[in-house]
Amino acid sequence: MPDLTANCAGITSPNPFWLASAPPTNSGDQIMRAFDHGWGGAVWKTLGVPIQNVSSRFGAVHYKGTRAIGFNNIELITDRSLEVNLKEIREVKRRYPEHAVVVSLMVESREEWRDIVKRVEDAGADGLELNFGCPHGMCERGMGSAVGQEPSVNERITSWVAADATVPVLVKLTPNVDDILPHALAAQRGGAAGVSLINTIKSIIGVDVDRMVIEPRVGSLSSHGGYCGPAVKPIALHMVAALGRDPGFTLPVSGIGGISNWRDAVEFLLLGASTVQVCTEVMLHGYRVVEDMIEGLTSYMRDKGMNTLGDLTGRALPSFSEWGDLDLNYETVARIDPALCIGCNNCMVACEDGAHQCIHPPRNGTHVPVIDEPECVGCNLCQIVCPVPDCISMVEVDNGFAPATWNEHVAGGAPLRPKKAVH
Amino acid sequence: MATPIPSDRSEGPIGDFKAPYTPAQAMAEANRCLYCADAPCVTACPTHIDIPQFIRKITTGNVEGSARTIFEANILGMSCARVCPVEVLCVGACVYNHMGRPPIQIGKLQRHSTDVAFEKGWRYFSAGPDTGRSVGLVGAGPASLACAHELRRLGHACTIYERKPVAGGLNTTGVAPYKMKADRSLVEVDWVLAIGGIEVKTGVAIGTDLSWSDLEARHDALFLGFGLGPDRLMGVPGEKLPGIEGAVDFIERMKLGTVDLAGVRRALVVGGGNTALDGVRELVRLGVPEVSLVYRGSEPVMPGYDHEWDAAKIEGVRAYWRTVPVAYEGGARVERARCVHLDEGKRPVAGSEHGLPADLVLVAIGQSTLGTLAAELPGIEVEAGCVRRDENGATGRPGVFAGGDGANGGREVVNAVAEGKIAAGAIHRWLESADHS
Repeated sequence: MPDLTANCAGITSPNPFWLASAPPTNSGDQIMRAFDHGWGGAVWKTLGVPIQNVSSRFGAVHYKGTRAIGFNNIELITDRSLEVNLKEIREVKRRYPEHAVVVSLMVESREEWRDIVKRVEDAGADGLELNFGCPHGMCERGMGSAVGQEPSVNERITSWVAADATVPVLVKLTPNVDDILPHALAAQRGGAAGVSLINTIKSIIGVDVDRMVIEPRVGSLSSHGGYCGPAVKPIALHMVAALGRDPGFTLPVSGIGGISNWRDAVEFLLLGASTVQVCTEVMLHGYRVVEDMIEGLTSYMRDKGMNTLGDLTGRALPSFSEWGDLDLNYETVARIDPALCIGCNNCMVACEDGAHQCIHPPRNGTHVPVIDEPECVGCNLCQIVCPVPDCISMVEVDNGFAPATWNEHVAGGAPLRPKKAVH
Repeated sequence: MATPIPSDRSEGPIGDFKAPYTPAQAMAEANRCLYCADAPCVTACPTHIDIPQFIRKITTGNVEGSARTIFEANILGMSCARVCPVEVLCVGACVYNHMGRPPIQIGKLQRHSTDVAFEKGWRYFSAGPDTGRSVGLVGAGPASLACAHELRRLGHACTIYERKPVAGGLNTTGVAPYKMKADRSLVEVDWVLAIGGIEVKTGVAIGTDLSWSDLEARHDALFLGFGLGPDRLMGVPGEKLPGIEGAVDFIERMKLGTVDLAGVRRALVVGGGNTALDGVRELVRLGVPEVSLVYRGSEPVMPGYDHEWDAAKIEGVRAYWRTVPVAYEGGARVERARCVHLDEGKRPVAGSEHGLPADLVLVAIGQSTLGTLAAELPGIEVEAGCVRRDENGATGRPGVFAGGDGANGGREVVNAVAEGKIAAGAIHRWLESADHS
């Protein structure tokens, strides 16, 4: 059986599944129940000067009957006293010495940082996570993403904490920046042992069209919130991969953003994450979701012949290339399996109106649309809209042209195959 | 290995009533599940399978884990997926029923996961360290199989005694073929036995081939997992005519061998329970042109499941309500049943006697009980033919436990599994609690 033991920046846990700093890690009781369900670690909901929250706090995007594909919140950091939290951290570590207890922190002054780091370490934290990412409320007070969006401030505060801390320090990065790399490098220069990303994305989740008020509604007003859930995973994957492929960035990564099941987790690990953090899926369905995550990852690694997470981490990073280095002569075309086709014609209309007009109406009394392969550009759109699994496949075509990239073509005139569908 | 059965059996050509899912269909259905917490479907399942969890695992492609979740709770999860009356258990409890939406097809999803597990040969369980204890189990049906498997996980040696030539109990000999055929049950028996250390002695009737006292002397504890006895008959004139038989006996012959229905045009099945409903639906599938139910009560009070009767009606079965045979007539074979109507007090209506033509009659008015068999052991109490036991399966005799049809009077396979499993826990505690050697 594969060994799922995880190590992110020196913080170890029985498996790579951590709870992200959020409502599911609000208290010791919750975290201990989570560990009993199988979670390998938890990042304690951000400690600092306790705040006062609003009602309501959460909003969601529902899409065609599927609930909460996207989620946002305007909740702030902990509203519980530091003393209570520290007592509970101590209790959790006493009962669960093998599990990772990382504590998220957000305070302002040099002295406050020094004080809280010492107290949290004394309570037994295995690591610290600096919340430089919260995009609502706290940033108005000069904390959270206000720090994470300014590399010099990020570096300065990271260096304060790194100087005082004896346990590994993770910096949690905000995605509300044009390029994640300078911010990760700032954390690295400041002495962080690793980074966590992504925090939530600045968002308006929706508008109540009858009241004409933004949601989630607090009386007759609202505020922008932090967006998360399955919908943000692609953004998170890109940012994790952007760090993983940069040779100057050398820190371990704890991946966060829309992880709902073991497959999502594997994707983050393949792009370089050492551990993953989950929040929304647990908020929606409870700690019990981890059972399938552990089993699924274990079976996946066994089936791939992998023994440790090290065999997995970063394995897909070499596939991340610049567009100019993609092979322009690589060619695929769509094929419909007539035995599986149910005749909905969604592929046809998508191709006709949304792509390259190369799928035509069924002929000869069949219900199967006809693909004009010589004109098919291999864009995948028909396969994406097809409701029947495996009905439309993208098939490689040997067109006789040697591989040639745009960069090669520009540099040395490498021959390119004729364009298709340029009628 | 379970005893083989002939490949040429009357049940052979009968197809599935509920077609199995393709992987894509299973995925689509699984994605509908709301993943309820403290889910009513779990409460409704006597073995308390964590249904939302096994369904969620289908959605992520973790079918191996899905089947593990099922088998952890119910080692006979493969057959239960097929034979459970899910309409009145898990599926009937699905919260979608309260939304006016079709409930999740839990049985079909469970069949998908467990079939894939069987096909892939995934193994989940191993025997516990040998305790040196030995348990004798009477009857090789679902109750004993579930009990023995659990006991093996705890390290106790098991011997199952079965008077019939095949193991599996009613799963092998009695399940309607459009739900599961006998060979599939035997595959499951082998799957259970693969944990190792369970000896099955078929063709051994306790009390006849081996005395109860000898049985008790051989083992540290006993589990009475036998079922019910032969069909009850009505004792009316002409009942011995050829062409009149007990439904359970007929079904067993159809499943393990062949029944000759050549020339049978009109069949009557007497009774209103689930065996009667199985009987009519099976006769339709075996090609009998005209199949009717004869029941002494009315349609609303029929004890058979509504969903089974609804299906039977669609399949062309008709019924004679408040009707009871009082005699059979015929020559070389039964030709008609003489019947009377009953009033609301179940009294014969004067002048209502009439004949119903029939060249086959299956009597499905219940089975005899076997509880008295075990009464030979001092302390065992028998109540209404069933072995009395407490909620953990303990009988009045220390070290003797009971579960399944012989104790509960005849319920579902899933009840037998649950009772066998619970009794295994009680047997383990009893073996561990003191030195009984």
